[in-house]
Amino acid sequence: MKPSRLSNCGNWVLDRFPVTKFWNEHMAHYYAPKNFNFWYFFGSLALLVLVNQIITGILLTMNYKPDAKLAFDSIEYIMRDVPWGWLVRYMHSTGASAFFIVIYLHMFRGIMYGSFKHPRELIWIFGMLLFVALMAEAFMGYLLPWGQMSYWGAQVIISLFSAIPIIGDDLSLWIRGDYVIADATLNRFFAFHVIAVPLVLVMLVFMHIVALHEVGSNNPDGIEIKESKDPWGHPVDGIPFHPYYTVKDIVGVAVFLLFFATVIFYMPEMGGYFLEHANFIPADPMKTPEHIAPVWYFTPFYSVLRAIPDKFAGVIAMGGSIVVLFLLPWLDRCPVKSIRYRGGIFKKALFLFVVSFLALGYLGTQPVTPIATILARLFTTIYFGFFLLMPIYTRWEKTKPVPKNLTRAHSLEEQLHAIEEQLPALIKEITELKPVTTEIGHPAFKSSFFNRRPNPDGIRNVATRLAKKLKESLD
Amino acid sequence: MNNKGVDKSKRQFLTTALTVVGAVGSGYLAIPFLAQMQPSVKAMAAGAPVEVDISKIETGQLIRIAWRGKPVWILNRTPEVLTTLKSLDNELRDPLSNESNQPPSSKNPGRSIKPEIFVAVGLCTHLGCSPTFRPEIAPNDLGEQWKGGFFCPCHGSWFDLAGRVYRGVPAPSNLEIPPYRYVTDTRIIVGESSEEKKA
Repeated sequence: MKPSRLSNCGNWVLDRFPVTKFWNEHMAHYYAPKNFNFWYFFGSLALLVLVNQIITGILLTMNYKPDAKLAFDSIEYIMRDVPWGWLVRYMHSTGASAFFIVIYLHMFRGIMYGSFKHPRELIWIFGMLLFVALMAEAFMGYLLPWGQMSYWGAQVIISLFSAIPIIGDDLSLWIRGDYVIADATLNRFFAFHVIAVPLVLVMLVFMHIVALHEVGSNNPDGIEIKESKDPWGHPVDGIPFHPYYTVKDIVGVAVFLLFFATVIFYMPEMGGYFLEHANFIPADPMKTPEHIAPVWYFTPFYSVLRAIPDKFAGVIAMGGSIVVLFLLPWLDRCPVKSIRYRGGIFKKALFLFVVSFLALGYLGTQPVTPIATILARLFTTIYFGFFLLMPIYTRWEKTKPVPKNLTRAHSLEEQLHAIEEQLPALIKEITELKPVTTEIGHPAFKSSFFNRRPNPDGIRNVATRLAKKLKESLD
Repeated sequence: MNNKGVDKSKRQFLTTALTVVGAVGSGYLAIPFLAQMQPSVKAMAAGAPVEVDISKIETGQLIRIAWRGKPVWILNRTPEVLTTLKSLDNELRDPLSNESNQPPSSKNPGRSIKPEIFVAVGLCTHLGCSPTFRPEIAPNDLGEQWKGGFFCPCHGSWFDLAGRVYRGVPAPSNLEIPPYRYVTDTRIIVGESSEEKKA
């Protein structure tokens, strides 16, 4: 058959630009473990939110004015006068919070299933760099509306740098570009927020994914699927990312968008957590709001800062609470990856860590009181304890044996065979034989099967066995 | 033409030399790039002194003015406050202001030129929030220990009514006192120090 003009044209491109090769390497022939669960949605969702932020961000810059005199009003202009401006702005502001929700769940997944461990240390490091860049992006973006919280939040965070000995004051002056937060600061934060940091983010996402596709994904069982391959060289426990996981992720996207849209349309301020009330008042350099708190996603780290009664030590502790996350691959000495096969001590430690992270997050949104300070100190200790004691307690861990392969579902024939084997014995156990008393009825009903009556003891035994089995599978 | 093969050491030298020259060049280029983020000439020039009429401030009243874009407080302290200030030394981190930032004329226990008129930059020395003025004694939210002062809502730092920091709070030093001088008994200029004038 003579090749059509269209396929000729396609081949002309493919000879010069390897689209198919790229697609196969990263989608169609990229084998991912077949046992991904709910927790594995958040990577692709983070990518979705990033795209959302970039598109809505570009639209917002078309009407926003990065000028201390005009910025606040230009946001109100976008909200009131620009067609659909409110939607784009709420998509962007809600997207920022959604980004952190998704990323925190994504990171928790990594800690839970040991995705940071050998050979995936670099994926974790790139991911942590992404997290730091994301925090910088969110922080600088929050100054742009030039409301009271924007202003005083930036004042506090930039002052953090002034705690560094010797160079601190000059450094914070250099970051602000003025002696106080001013037009110069707003303008440079705009530049960083719309171009510099997003470029870094996109680059890091690329590196994160390249590193991931080099070593392959981890999974809820924490086994290496590359270690057992079928005769064609594909991992036995793997399935191609496309179409299997692209389709699965679309389900995740649909559910996510349902929540996302609900927030955008019905509660875009989320009761003052996504958009803080004080930020609807223009920035006033003369007066700090009565109660200032960062946006919810920074509050755990902010709580750590507040818990320490010394300026420099507080800043060090806050920085340290992020730095320890980078060190995770080297702090955890347990060779077993997934929480499914790890010892009770790690499960308890992780539980305490999650509780203290959430508690610190809550305390960070609340005003300072003596009791809140004591609680914040307690939870800060637990937070650091989880990481710094890890080299010790992960050594004591009594782990369970890790399977070599994923447990596989039996085929229908295998199942029928098993039923055929086990059913008669089971029936014998849960019933008891009663002698036939009458001679009436069809001869077929005279078989021993119909002479059996339910046996309560037997049923209880079987039920107990089943329950035990169920418990084992849950442990 | 020789057949001795490649002279690797010569190659290595050229590579190193080029790297060093390139690094030095990039270093020089980095200076203007980084320096252009410093405060501009315009920003540096915007620190003009501010003249304030203090005759209208009632006893116990605090007014806020803007100087170099920062809030500056002027407080007319009551005699009771001045008495209380003397009793606080043991609870303060730096009662004599040895580690704090103020012009020499204000380096005294009351941290002011005239005892009753207190002038300070209204930014917490911790992370730069503007503390709230809480002159009342032992209010519910601050507890029995509170003897009147400035409370920073951001991170809970305590200052007395001379801007001196208490022990055990995040702020490292007393509130900054700006340079200021009296033109007449009822007018002060914030941003010009009294020492300069004498000299």
